[in-house]
Amino acid sequence: MPAEPQADLRPLGRGPSIRVLPRLDDTNRFFWTAGAEGELRFQRCGDCRRYVHPPAPRCPYCLDGGLTPEAVSGRGSLHSFTVNHQQWIPGSDRYVVGLVTIEEQDDVRLMTNVVDCDEEALAVGMPVEVVFEQVEDVWLPLFRPAAG
Amino acid sequence: MTELLERRAVVSGIGQSAIGRRLGRSALDLTVEAALRAIADAGLTRDDIDGLATYPGGGMGGEPFAGPSTPDVHDALRLRLNWHDGGGEGPAQIRPVIAATLAVAAGLARHVLVYRTVTESTAQGSGGRLGIGAVAGSGSDRGMPRFGGSFQWMLPYGAASAANWLALVAQRRVHEFGLRRDQLGWIALNGRANAALNPAAVYRDPLTMDDYLAARTITTPLCLYDCDAPCDGATAVVVSHVDYAPDAPSPACHVNAVGTALRGRPSWDQFDDMTTMGARDAAASMWARTDLKPADVDTAQLYDGFSIITMVWLEELGFCAKGESGPFVEGGARIARDGPLPLNTSGGQLSAGRLHGFGLLHEACLQLRGQAGDRQLARQPEVAVVANGGGPIAGAMLLTRGTG
Ligand SMILES: [Zn+2]
Repeated sequence: MPAEPQADLRPLGRGPSIRVLPRLDDTNRFFWTAGAEGELRFQRCGDCRRYVHPPAPRCPYCLDGGLTPEAVSGRGSLHSFTVNHQQWIPGSDRYVVGLVTIEEQDDVRLMTNVVDCDEEALAVGMPVEVVFEQVEDVWLPLFRPAAG
Repeated sequence: MTELLERRAVVSGIGQSAIGRRLGRSALDLTVEAALRAIADAGLTRDDIDGLATYPGGGMGGEPFAGPSTPDVHDALRLRLNWHDGGGEGPAQIRPVIAATLAVAAGLARHVLVYRTVTESTAQGSGGRLGIGAVAGSGSDRGMPRFGGSFQWMLPYGAASAANWLALVAQRRVHEFGLRRDQLGWIALNGRANAALNPAAVYRDPLTMDDYLAARTITTPLCLYDCDAPCDGATAVVVSHVDYAPDAPSPACHVNAVGTALRGRPSWDQFDDMTTMGARDAAASMWARTDLKPADVDTAQLYDGFSIITMVWLEELGFCAKGESGPFVEGGARIARDGPLPLNTSGGQLSAGRLHGFGLLHEACLQLRGQAGDRQLARQPEVAVVANGGGPIAGAMLLTRGTG
């Protein structure tokens, strides 16, 4: 296998230099502010008990149950990842965009940043756990390698 | 098989504007140029055109990405329309071509002008664009736009471009199938080799595997040459009722089957199988509508907005088994002009320029007609497949020379 492009020796960032934020409203506020209490929350169906993401007006699985935000463990596994080099947002160091599947349900995923992880240690399937980064009135769920 | 409505439609005319980097011309100007060429190529005048369609048209992503709206083109050509349709939701960029086939089959129109125009190169020169389709948000304490809808789940994390979203597909394929960068590189090298024979291509200098592997990383495992080249240009086609085929000056390209399905979730991050996404469903629905088989296809014009998308289409269209596109393209012989499946013979979007699906359709028609000039395939194709889109966005079309 021929050589990879010249190694970039700067440390990985925790995300882009500027966080473009979600616009909070009555449908998504529970998700983006749950980190204030250190929790990751998803809507959950009162009937079929499945978690629903993104937020929906009624359960899209059974079309019957009412949905209520509920905390999950915050643990998951890394379904895929990419180390972004391109300066879509000027001033950004390289950062990891991850796709995390939550432990509770294999069809609920979050795009996120993987933090506190060396590039060489990144691996599809690795266990991760949530940490939050507050920006203004938003608590962004990020994920780091799971302890233990 | 019962008669399919799309078999009542042909592509009777094709045309392109000037294509290049930073042409500095308006999207409408380029569109009118392409449209007049396509109409003349079909042996028609603007008085014959009674249908108009585009992707995505006004209201999606701004003009450098979207091109002019159908009302703008309607008025610029003073058309008198029986049917018109513009929009960005549907089976990928080829959506309005599929809609036009159904419109002529249903008798809503007889000759539909369909166009796709981009001026992303000129826009890039004056400040560029943030990812695809990024739209203005509102409500910010820092003067920064905020986002609702699907962008809210991606933009906070700097997943600002389809390059990031498709890199997740690529990395998942590295994990599941052992995909290697040098295999991905053959899509780029094949495109560049073909572009050398296409005078309208934006990048024609030779590209080697060493160049590819040394290129700067955009987002792992994708490098610069895995990403298509923004350009300015318009492509137009005329979709006519099949009754018109004998009167068309050039051989008509018959629509054999269209692929429109999207059975998985319409999402970049929640789709059930992140190694494939929408191509799986669009391809399956296309093959369900025809007796032709993958082995009957003489040339494939497969979307290459990013090289990884082409790999996915090769598998989902059945040219190789699932997960086997890496070995399939390795060495380049199978996809070369003199190979069993000539791929992206104009250079594709990676080298000929990001004409957003319509360049591939244009090339399929040229090859079927035998009008591709220096790059005409020695064995003139009878069956061509065109596939557009990546991620959860996918549409496909099977075209034949003659009624197949
Ligand atoms: Zn339910």
